[in-house]
Amino acid sequence: MMFDIAGKRFRFFLISGVVILIGVISLVVFGLRPGIEFSSGSMLTVNFEQEVDQGELKQELASLGYANAIIQRTGQGDFFIRTGELTGEEKAQLEEALAARFGATTEREFYSVSPMVAAETAHNAVIAVAVAAVGVLLYITWAFRRMPNPFHYGTCAIIALVHDVVVVLGIFSILGGILDWEINLMFITGVLAVIGYSVNNTVVVFDRIRENLRKGVSSDFEVVVNNSLVETLSRSLNTSLTTLFVVLALLLFVGASILNFAVVLLVGIIVGTFSSLCIAPSLLVVWEKGEWGRFVRRPARA
Amino acid sequence: MPRRNTLVFIIVLMLFAFAISALIYPLFGRESIRLGLDLQGGIHMVYKADLSQVEPGEEASVIEGVMEVMSNRINPLGVTEPIIQKQGKDRIMIELPGIDITDKDKERLSRVAILEFGELAADEEEAKWENELGRWKPATALIDGEEKALTSRYFKENTYIDRDDLGRIELLFEWDEEGSKLSEIITGRLIGKPMGIFEGGEPLLGEDGIPIAPIVQSTIVDRGVITGLSYNEATSLSKQLNAGRLPVPLEILYDQTVSPLLGADFIDMSLKAGLIGIILVMLFMIVYYRLPGVLASLALIFYGALVLAIFKLVPVTLTLAGIGGFVLSIGMAVDANVLIFERMKEEFRTGRTLGAAIEAGFNRAWTAIRDSNVTTIIVCIILYWLGSSIVASAPVMGFALTLLIGVVISMFTAIVVTRTLLRLFVGSPVAKKTSLFSAYLGRK
Repeated sequence: MMFDIAGKRFRFFLISGVVILIGVISLVVFGLRPGIEFSSGSMLTVNFEQEVDQGELKQELASLGYANAIIQRTGQGDFFIRTGELTGEEKAQLEEALAARFGATTEREFYSVSPMVAAETAHNAVIAVAVAAVGVLLYITWAFRRMPNPFHYGTCAIIALVHDVVVVLGIFSILGGILDWEINLMFITGVLAVIGYSVNNTVVVFDRIRENLRKGVSSDFEVVVNNSLVETLSRSLNTSLTTLFVVLALLLFVGASILNFAVVLLVGIIVGTFSSLCIAPSLLVVWEKGEWGRFVRRPARA
Repeated sequence: MPRRNTLVFIIVLMLFAFAISALIYPLFGRESIRLGLDLQGGIHMVYKADLSQVEPGEEASVIEGVMEVMSNRINPLGVTEPIIQKQGKDRIMIELPGIDITDKDKERLSRVAILEFGELAADEEEAKWENELGRWKPATALIDGEEKALTSRYFKENTYIDRDDLGRIELLFEWDEEGSKLSEIITGRLIGKPMGIFEGGEPLLGEDGIPIAPIVQSTIVDRGVITGLSYNEATSLSKQLNAGRLPVPLEILYDQTVSPLLGADFIDMSLKAGLIGIILVMLFMIVYYRLPGVLASLALIFYGALVLAIFKLVPVTLTLAGIGGFVLSIGMAVDANVLIFERMKEEFRTGRTLGAAIEAGFNRAWTAIRDSNVTTIIVCIILYWLGSSIVASAPVMGFALTLLIGVVISMFTAIVVTRTLLRLFVGSPVAKKTSLFSAYLGRK
C-alpha cells in the first residue's frame, strides 16, 4: 500500500485541533467585523490623481470628524473609506474637503446601507445559512440511507463541514483583527459555496467506502477506508487543484471588490479537501473502532 | 454504436456552432451579454416612501404616483434601460445602468420639492442655510391656520426658459392656487429684501457662481422668474420641475453608485481571470491525462461557449460575483471529467479493453457525479432565494445563478461531449498508439 492515510488519523486531528484552537481564540478576542451590508454605513471608493499617504488620509478624515473611518488601499491605488451612514450632503462635503487637501479626486464607487436594510439583510442571511444547513443535512441523510450505519456517515460529514466553517471563520477573524477585513454578503456566499464543495468531496470518498464495503475488500474497516481514500485520492486532489487554479486567477486578477470571496474560497477549498480526506473518514474509523478514549489518553502499547 | 455516436457528435458540433454564433451575432434581440451595475456602472437605489400622512387605502395609488414622477425625472437623464419597481408596501427600487450621474442629479430624483425659498433669519433665529449672503431660514406663511414653506412643490408643471432683454437666461414658472396665496403673503412681506433660493442644503448658484438671491421688487402672485442661471443648469432644472411633484417624502434606504470607468476596469480584469483560469485548467488536464485531457479541454471550450451563450440569451445579468461563479464553475466543470478518467484508469487496470474501460468509466462514475453536484445545486438554490429576499441582492443572485447554470451544463458536457469525443477516438487508428493513454492508464 502506498499511503496510509487512515493510520495517521490522530496526527490529522492534532493539526485540525491546533488550527481550530487558534481560530476560536481569535474569534473570542477579535470577533468578526460586520460589513456595512450587515451593520449599515457608507463606503466611498475614491481615487486621487496624486500619490496619497494612507496615514495622512486617516489624519485628514479624523480632522473632518470621521475618526472611526476605516481606510483600505486597493491594488489599483484606490482607497476604500468606510464610515457611518452618510447623507448626500455629508458625502459632498467630505469629497470637497478631500479634494481641497489632496488634489483632484474621482469617486469610483459609493455604497450606502441604512440600518433598516442592514438589519433585514443580516436576518435573511442567518435564515439562508440555517436553511442551507438543513438542506445539506437532509441530503446527507438521503445520500447515506443505504450505508450500514447511516447516522455515523451523516454525522462525520457534518463534523467535517462544521470544521471547515470554523476554520474559515477563525481565519477571517484574524484577518479582521489585523487588516480590518469585514464579513459581507459575498463572504456568506463564499462560505455556502465552500459548504457545498466540502460535502461534495466527502460524499465522493464515502461513496467509495460504501462500494468497497459491499465488495468485501477487507474485514478490517480501517483497511477498507484507507483503500477507498487511496483510490479516490488522485480525483480529490486533481479536482481541488483545478478549482484552486481558477480561484487563484480570480484572486490575482479581479482584485479588491471580491477579494473576501476569493480568499474564503481559497481557504475553504484547501480546508475542505483536507477535511474530506483526513478528518471525515478518520472519524468514521474512530467511531467504528470505539477509539474515542484515545483523544484523551495515549493507547496502551500491545 | 458508431453510427449513433457520429450523430451525437454532429449534434454537439451544431450546438457549438450555435453557441459561438449566438455569442458573436445579435440573436433574439440580444446584442451582447447584459452586464450588472458593478460592471457597467450606474446607480441602484432603494427608497422608502413616508406614508404616515397618507389616508389608509390610498397607499398603493400614492406609491404609483411617486413612481410616475420618478420615471418622469429619470427620463431626461437618457438611461437606456431604467428599472423602476415597487418593492413591498412602501419601497421603490430604481436601477439606472450605465449612467454617470452627478450627486446633484441623483438627489433631485428623490426630493419632494427641488427648490426651496428662504428669507434672512434674525440674529436670534435658527438658520437652515448659511452662505456669503447671510443666514437664511425657510420663507413661510400661515394658510388656513397652518404654517407652510414656500417651495417648488407649488409650481405648475409648465416652467420654461427664455432670455431677458439683457440676454440673460430666465426660468419662468407659475404658482398653483396654494402657491399663489403663499407667494402673495411672503413677497408682500419681503419687498426690498432678498429672497434666497436653495436646492437641498446648497444655494442655487448663478452662471457667475454667486448664489441667486433677488431683491423682491413687488408682490408676486401668479408667476415668477429666476434669472441668472447657466443655460444647461436652467434646462435641466426646468425638466426636473416639469416632471412633477412627489406626493410624499422619500428616504434613501440603499444606495449603490458605481462609476462606469470602474466597471470597465473590472470587465478587463475578470476576462483575464477567466482566460488564465481556463488555460491553467486545460494545461493541467493535458499534462496529467494526455489525450483524454486534450478531449476534456475541447469539452471545456465547448462548455465555456455554451454557458456564455446561455448567459446572453436568457439573459443572465452578469455581475462581478457572477463572473466569480462562472470562473469557479470552470474549475468544477472538469471534476466530472476527472471522476470519469480516474474510473477509466481503474477499469483499464482490471484488464478491460480501452473501449470497455471507457464505457465502464462513464457508467460507474455517473452516480458519483450526480451525487456530488447535488450539494452545490442545493446551495445555489438557497443562495438565489436569499438574494431575492434582500435589497443588496445582485452579487448573491448573480453568483448563485451562474454557478447553477455552470454545474448543470458541466454535467452535460462531461457526460455527452467528452464521451462522444473519446468514442470517436477509440474507433480511430490513434487509439492504437497507447502511449497517448498509457501514461495515465498505468498499464504498459
